[in-house]
Amino acid sequence: SVSPGDTSVLAGLYGPAEAKVSKELPDRAALEVLLRPKVGLPGVMERSREQLLRQTCEAVVLGVLHPRTAITLVLQVLSDAGSLLSCCLNAACMALLDAGLPLAALFCGVTCALQADGTILLDPTARQEQEARAILTFAIASSERKVLMANTKGSCSVEEMQQCLAAAQHAADTIFQFYRDSVRRRYSKS
Amino acid sequence: LSICSRTVEPLEYYRRFLKENCRPDGRELGEFRTTTVNIGKCLCSITTADGSALVKLGNTTVICGVKAELAAPAADSANKGYIVPNVELPSLCAERFRSGPPGEEAQAASQFIADVIENSQMIVKEDLCIASSKLAWVLYCDIICLDYDGNLLDASVFALLAALKNVQLPSVTINEETGLSEVNLKQKNPLIIRKHPVATSFAVFDDTLLIVDPTAEEEDLATGTVTIVTDEEGRLCSVHKPGGSPLTGAKLQDCISRAITRHKEVKKLIDKVIKSITPK
Repeated sequence: SVSPGDTSVLAGLYGPAEAKVSKELPDRAALEVLLRPKVGLPGVMERSREQLLRQTCEAVVLGVLHPRTAITLVLQVLSDAGSLLSCCLNAACMALLDAGLPLAALFCGVTCALQADGTILLDPTARQEQEARAILTFAIASSERKVLMANTKGSCSVEEMQQCLAAAQHAADTIFQFYRDSVRRRYSKS
Repeated sequence: LSICSRTVEPLEYYRRFLKENCRPDGRELGEFRTTTVNIGKCLCSITTADGSALVKLGNTTVICGVKAELAAPAADSANKGYIVPNVELPSLCAERFRSGPPGEEAQAASQFIADVIENSQMIVKEDLCIASSKLAWVLYCDIICLDYDGNLLDASVFALLAALKNVQLPSVTINEETGLSEVNLKQKNPLIIRKHPVATSFAVFDDTLLIVDPTAEEEDLATGTVTIVTDEEGRLCSVHKPGGSPLTGAKLQDCISRAITRHKEVKKLIDKVIKSITPK
């Protein structure tokens, strides 16, 4: 489970396990993401987010090493205090790491909020998100800090988007360091 | 021999074309398919809808119908109306869509359209309010794909924009004495559309090549997709990159530049069509 500030998401990864014949792919693993909101049933927004997460994970997981299997990633939102999508991304990556699945690269999620006066705020709280002019979420890959996933809410100019992207790529270093530390802690005990 | 190669080794078949900077259907990498749009009751023939448009992007055919109904505004936003987009991918449009509850692609597309409307502020919800906390318009925008040949998002956004431009809302007044609403069907006003967002989709091949307006075959072979939505001021309403191969910031910038040029082309097309139907 990952919790930046008060946003908390629990991720559970199952796989590579046997896939149903209707869902199996002959040459790669079939990845499925289920996102459960804190309250209520999953709706259209969750489906859209599941698609984002699934395609992001599919880009890094070396599915060709496990053909005809199913990898299921279940995310449960425990609390939402802003930057939910990037929290889900981070949880997903850590779950993939923890499960020991073969990955081409790591990724991390960063949310940038563009305020009315043009200042960029990283990892905004729910309040800051509401007041912001635009919210941009990026998934940055660990190899050369390329953009794996981008999602925007609100409108911004092209320069502002590039600035947010640069800020996100910079912030990705901190998050990858956090991954390194967490994994080190986990494996140093045993 | 070439037909065999296309079904047996589709990726290799495509790569041979991409090396020459063109595609099997003869297009360049940055070229769009022929776009046609039909708006209104006479050409588009949804006579029951308040606004409708049919967009054809090559073979991809998308029809959008807008129906306006009256409802009470929500308690927490008393001066706002509603816009409810819904994208449907019925089983008639492509083999892979089965009948039943909407699949992930349809739901993700619906969410995307809702986000585009919200982000671009093309319709301000306050404009849809008739009487604060009593009466407001609800616009049900149904976008149905009739033929799926790739690039659903671009066609849907275009169809939505064209249909909304065609909507004529009857004027509604609230009778002071009875408190009931009176709809005057004789007097109609067009919707106030503030911004004109246009979507441009790209498919990423082999992590490096970007091609514009992918067909269904190209989408299946692609390693990722990017959709950029711009408005007339060159502002980004949405950068939608749902996973797929990683891209550098520079490549994204190329996409954005192409999207801005596409916006101009689409705007010209839509203005031409609107002008041709206005005298009616």
